[in-house]
Amino acid sequence: MCGACGCQPSIGTGQSPQEGFRRVPNDMVLIERDILSKNDRFARENRARLSAAGIFAVNLISSPGSGKTTLLVETMKALKASVSLGVIEGDQQTSLDADRIRATGVSAVQINTGTGCHLDAHMVGHALDDLSLDNGSILFIENVGNLVCPASFDLGEARKVALLSVTEGDDKPLKYPDVFAAASLMVLTKVDLLPHVRFDTGDCIANARAINPNIEVLEVSAQSGAGMAEWTHWLTTSARRSAAEAELATHA
Amino acid sequence: MHELSIANALVDQVCLEAKNAGAARVAEINVRMGALSGISRALYFCFPSAARGTACEGAILSIESVPLTVLCTHCDAVKTPAALYNFRCPDCGWPTPKVLTGREMQLVSLRLVDETRERCSRPQASPDPIQGAVR
Repeated sequence: MCGACGCQPSIGTGQSPQEGFRRVPNDMVLIERDILSKNDRFARENRARLSAAGIFAVNLISSPGSGKTTLLVETMKALKASVSLGVIEGDQQTSLDADRIRATGVSAVQINTGTGCHLDAHMVGHALDDLSLDNGSILFIENVGNLVCPASFDLGEARKVALLSVTEGDDKPLKYPDVFAAASLMVLTKVDLLPHVRFDTGDCIANARAINPNIEVLEVSAQSGAGMAEWTHWLTTSARRSAAEAELATHA
Repeated sequence: MHELSIANALVDQVCLEAKNAGAARVAEINVRMGALSGISRALYFCFPSAARGTACEGAILSIESVPLTVLCTHCDAVKTPAALYNFRCPDCGWPTPKVLTGREMQLVSLRLVDETRERCSRPQASPDPIQGAVR
């Protein structure tokens, strides 16, 4: 098994460390740096840039088909009169999602990742160049639909939000814990379908809190409008809180 | 899938270190992966593809696994949860969101080889693909 997949290095690379190399004395170099330090550096730059511009950025992460874009379209309609908004859309292909956002009158930038399964901070930095947002704006970064990989990549956002639709099952937080561990908020979407599916909201919330005891939870249906007021309230209050945190950090 | 991104990030970082040190090749790469990263096996699998054509090609990758430990503020002690992602104190049941170890994804050390001077960038990272093709 290990010989086949290469997870045992002596088998996987097919040669001993010395073979083909001239060893030089004192050639061991101590590095001790995070493997994703390059992404993290871009993320820090994005965070500083967003904070300086007074923009509250939310990174939306979920499985494909959980209703991220539908929730965003309804969010645009609900908030655009009172708050300046922008959207960065991440998908492997097409600009279908950005088109849906633009149809609401809000500016959107589409990132196509090709074979990539997540957005990274470098891509988001370039997308920021293409958006002009006012001080006090809310920026939504809709990640590639994927409940695994996006959790590992900091984009420079102020908050991560995990979406979970009730058609996916209440055990999802236990099966894909990384995203729920990293998120500040879990939004249960499509709650208008609850009468038709076997989904225990209480169990789901308990599962999410087993992973992340501090996670907040909202129950929303973009279709019926249920919970939309709570969601937009969460966004505007979190934006204010985030701005206050940034203010404190600059004076610290 | 993101293990390939992480393998590429590792290879880029190691190649840069090797280049800065004036080394032509890398013989050994030691990394530290926390239990929560969950990709040790996948990284072993992806590494040879990511390393191909770079100074890391043929290098031995060794991964040190770091177990999960959390801080229980109720017991005021370092604890090991009963299972991954069970962020509660195994003794008192208090929530323990503060992870002390287990999230690491770190390049620890390298053994460099000062052979002949060679280029140390990944072929696909060439800024001008046309120029690369002509050459």
